[in-house]
Amino acid sequence: MQFDSFSSFIAMGGYGMYVWSSMLVTFIGLGALAIEAKWVRRTLKREAQAQQARAQRIQRAKRASTQ
Amino acid sequence: MWRWLHPYAKPEATYRLNQKLLPWFAVPGILLLVIGMVWALLFAPADYQQGESYRIIFVHVPAAFWSMGFYMGMAIAALSAVVWQIRTAEWAILAIAPIGAVLTFISLFTGAVWGKPMWGTWWEWDARLTAQLILFFLYLGVLALYAAFEDERTGAKAAGILTLIGTVNIPIIHYSVYWWNTLHQQSTISKAITRLEKPSMAPEMLWPLVVCIFAFMLVASALVLLRLNNEILKREVRRPWAQAELLEEKH
Repeated sequence: MQFDSFSSFIAMGGYGMYVWSSMLVTFIGLGALAIEAKWVRRTLKREAQAQQARAQRIQRAKRASTQ
Repeated sequence: MWRWLHPYAKPEATYRLNQKLLPWFAVPGILLLVIGMVWALLFAPADYQQGESYRIIFVHVPAAFWSMGFYMGMAIAALSAVVWQIRTAEWAILAIAPIGAVLTFISLFTGAVWGKPMWGTWWEWDARLTAQLILFFLYLGVLALYAAFEDERTGAKAAGILTLIGTVNIPIIHYSVYWWNTLHQQSTISKAITRLEKPSMAPEMLWPLVVCIFAFMLVASALVLLRLNNEILKREVRRPWAQAELLEEKH
């Protein structure tokens, strides 16, 4: 362990602003990519559900009209 | 080989392969990233010249390294897309470009906040910095060109050609620190690999850096797989297999 206290860890020998802003931007960047991918996947799932519902409606209507 | 490779040009086969590969990249990637960052921030010794500020290297170098590495991956996809007109290869361009752009941005940003305390400036029109900025614009340009055409396949072809032309920039970035003697320092690691010299970096610093470089590769690859599968599903959402795939998952 290189730091003897939490505050010295945060201070990074006076370079805290530089070091922590680098870490923050890196992990926000990578995290945003992951979250965006999840969102797109969720939207696609909703689209698939809507299509399935539509197909079922059509089928029901067809059945109703042939009876 | 072609007979073995060709089925993967089929979107569904690629999707299934990607799903199978995904945990093998994501799990060790996140694990190594945590190990690498804890090692880098808590246990690696301070630099005798730069003090604690040098810890930026543990995100700066991996991001910069893979911003070029993934560009080469995108170029391979572009070549397959332009030559053989494989649709999944076209979508791979679209999947890789945003990740490459983020990696390039990270390298530029962390370079700037490292440059400020060490060089006394956020930015300098140094050869390497400028070439890296061009790489960032190349990634954005590829994305913009892809979306610029009414017909998606025309856009893909244009983006693929831009990608291939842009590969010229990769050796320029790599050799910029040797060709022009400017502000950015020379590479510490690649010297050691290519000329088998002793790396000019203490092993207590080099090992966490190597871990971080591997972690970035795995995490960024996992993101590429996620995005590529999203691109596949977007186009195939009306096909039964894609419907089944999307509907069966729980969350």
